[in-house]
Amino acid sequence: MPNKPKVAFFDFAGCEGDQLQVANLEERLLDIVSHIEVVRFREIKTLKQDNYDIAFVEGSITRPEDEPRIREIRKNAKILVALGACATIGGINCLKNFINESEYKSTVYGDFGRWYSTYAARPLSAVVKVDMDIHGCPIDRNEFSRAVKELLLGKIYSPPDYPVCVECKMAGNICRYEQGRLCLGIITRAGCGACCVTEGSVCWGCRGLAPEANMDAAGQIMDEHGFSWLEAQDHLRLYFGYNGKL
Amino acid sequence: MEKAKSQKKIKNSKKNLQPDTAGPRVLEVKHLTRVEGHGNIVVELDSKNHVQDCKWHVVEAPRFFEAMVQGRPYEDIHHIVSRICGICSIGHQLCSIQATEDAFGLNVSEQTLDLRKLALHAENLQSHLLHIGYLVLPDLLGVDSVFPLAETHRDELVNLVACRRISNEFSRIICGRTTHPQRLIPGGMEIFPTSQELVELKSKLEQSLDRIAGIVDLFAALSDKWPDFKRPTEYVALVSPTEYALYSGEIGSSKDIIRPAMLYQQVTNEYCVPQSTAKWTRNTGDSYMVGALARFNLNHRLLSPRAQKAAQKLGLKAPEYNPYLNTIAQLVECVHSAEDSLEIISRLLDQGIKEEKPARIRVKAGKGVGAVEVPRGLLIHSYEYSDQGRIISADCVIPTNQNHSNIQMDMNAIKPMLSGLDPEAIELKLSMLVRGYDPCISCSTHLIDVTGEPKESLVKFIRV
Repeated sequence: MPNKPKVAFFDFAGCEGDQLQVANLEERLLDIVSHIEVVRFREIKTLKQDNYDIAFVEGSITRPEDEPRIREIRKNAKILVALGACATIGGINCLKNFINESEYKSTVYGDFGRWYSTYAARPLSAVVKVDMDIHGCPIDRNEFSRAVKELLLGKIYSPPDYPVCVECKMAGNICRYEQGRLCLGIITRAGCGACCVTEGSVCWGCRGLAPEANMDAAGQIMDEHGFSWLEAQDHLRLYFGYNGKL
Repeated sequence: MEKAKSQKKIKNSKKNLQPDTAGPRVLEVKHLTRVEGHGNIVVELDSKNHVQDCKWHVVEAPRFFEAMVQGRPYEDIHHIVSRICGICSIGHQLCSIQATEDAFGLNVSEQTLDLRKLALHAENLQSHLLHIGYLVLPDLLGVDSVFPLAETHRDELVNLVACRRISNEFSRIICGRTTHPQRLIPGGMEIFPTSQELVELKSKLEQSLDRIAGIVDLFAALSDKWPDFKRPTEYVALVSPTEYALYSGEIGSSKDIIRPAMLYQQVTNEYCVPQSTAKWTRNTGDSYMVGALARFNLNHRLLSPRAQKAAQKLGLKAPEYNPYLNTIAQLVECVHSAEDSLEIISRLLDQGIKEEKPARIRVKAGKGVGAVEVPRGLLIHSYEYSDQGRIISADCVIPTNQNHSNIQMDMNAIKPMLSGLDPEAIELKLSMLVRGYDPCISCSTHLIDVTGEPKESLVKFIRV
């Protein structure tokens, strides 16, 4: 990695909330920028180059013509980082994968649906090799800073492999199942500090399945607490939609 | 196929030209930068740099949110539609919650309303400051992004970043975090800010008023940098007799009667255009404008005192017909949002924050509409629920979509002003025009890809 690596940001289908999180680093962004050279960041910068070492890519691949573009980025970048749930696991975009294509096209665009090019939404890793994932919807600013620091030191950041429950206990939250609410913290990859549960909500699963997540045990817990298959499915499809196991 | 389409466009432009003007060119600004989402400007020039045609296209990948929420339970809807846009996530959540509450006939407490208004002010500040400082200011100072300002305008930049930080903290204290927050739910709030947090927030906002005054001074000094272009159009925004309407109100217009939000379709009148294939909107005329300038033009009398003074200082007077000055109206709104928030916070502190349980929701079949003024203008969500509390159909009308036709009409009107200018100057003027609307294209769920693949060069000349 050169002394001052060249960094580029790209986006596909998504809300650009993860790049916004980067812009929201405020003073810290100015610090980071002194150690890297931002060569492309369309959301906040006009000039751009194609010569870069690290590419941060946000959003899902949702149409055939996205593929050559992501392959080109893969070819140019030494390190490709997937930024946020849409890029790492497909995320919310995959909700449409459960609906018939002609149906969702006509629902939104009526007779003009045929104008649209689209296919099943998928994460970047379904099309190209991804070197590093920064999970979350949106990404956590501290985790992003840490990942960038590790990159600058020549390392690849690996997110925690245990479930959100671990961090949720540390945060001192009451288990949502005890309150009669369905929560995916039991199978979702940690690293967020259980932020949504701490904010009074439940874990929605935006960081993807934890490696080795025990789905059978999760099913048992949901059963024991009286949740129907439909309720479980509502939650599981929200972010894990691209996962073939579900 | 995309290529064929663009070639056809060039051919068409050739046909339209007079025989004596040889060598038409097409100038394209591909993937306009410093806006949220993907858009292109396509300009057709003849050999003497006279602008023949000028078009605004959107190339964002369609995302199908209105289909994605079908069949989903009401508890998840605001969580899903929040993901339409990272910048306006709070606005989308609030609008969605309003529509859901409307469908179930639910009323929320006064405290909840106050907290929601604060949430909206926080988002207004976050989004406006991002647009004013990071996206527009570089144009006025002649640089390509906010980064070089760290060398040339350090104090101004530090002030701006500090304001942004306060607005982010504001949003975190009220909603729990800055993007896709978790506390706002149908019926109330999951968690409340503590009074200590509110006291801290109050002192920070007081500080930020002085800091924003610094930004106002900066923009007042740059007032000669705006292109002198005026085009009266119809201005549409929520209106309320008692306040500068943001969270609630009826749909008002500078040229039409006031309508309740449930009749939104009578105002938006979405229609299709063969040339752009994007859905546009119109009401009384060919196009209308939503956003900070529309709100200012309709509701300026209800701005807070400091905001009125800021408007005077910036030379903004209703009715203002220069679309470039939308950014200035946003700056005035920043002052208003900070000042009005202080008032709301004082009220909340006087009453004391009550840990209210969210209102009980009785699910029933029915329709509901939500209408909220988000940073970019009027946002409408309309849902139909089944008796199980699951979405049957949804419609979201996004501010940027309502502005597309107005942007195109502005481009038509500005053409004579551009003739004879260098391509670079034309590009700057047009980019600034579009950027002025602060378009949020990833929000625009009703748009169609017309120009296909991104080209690598920013500007493209084609000699025919």
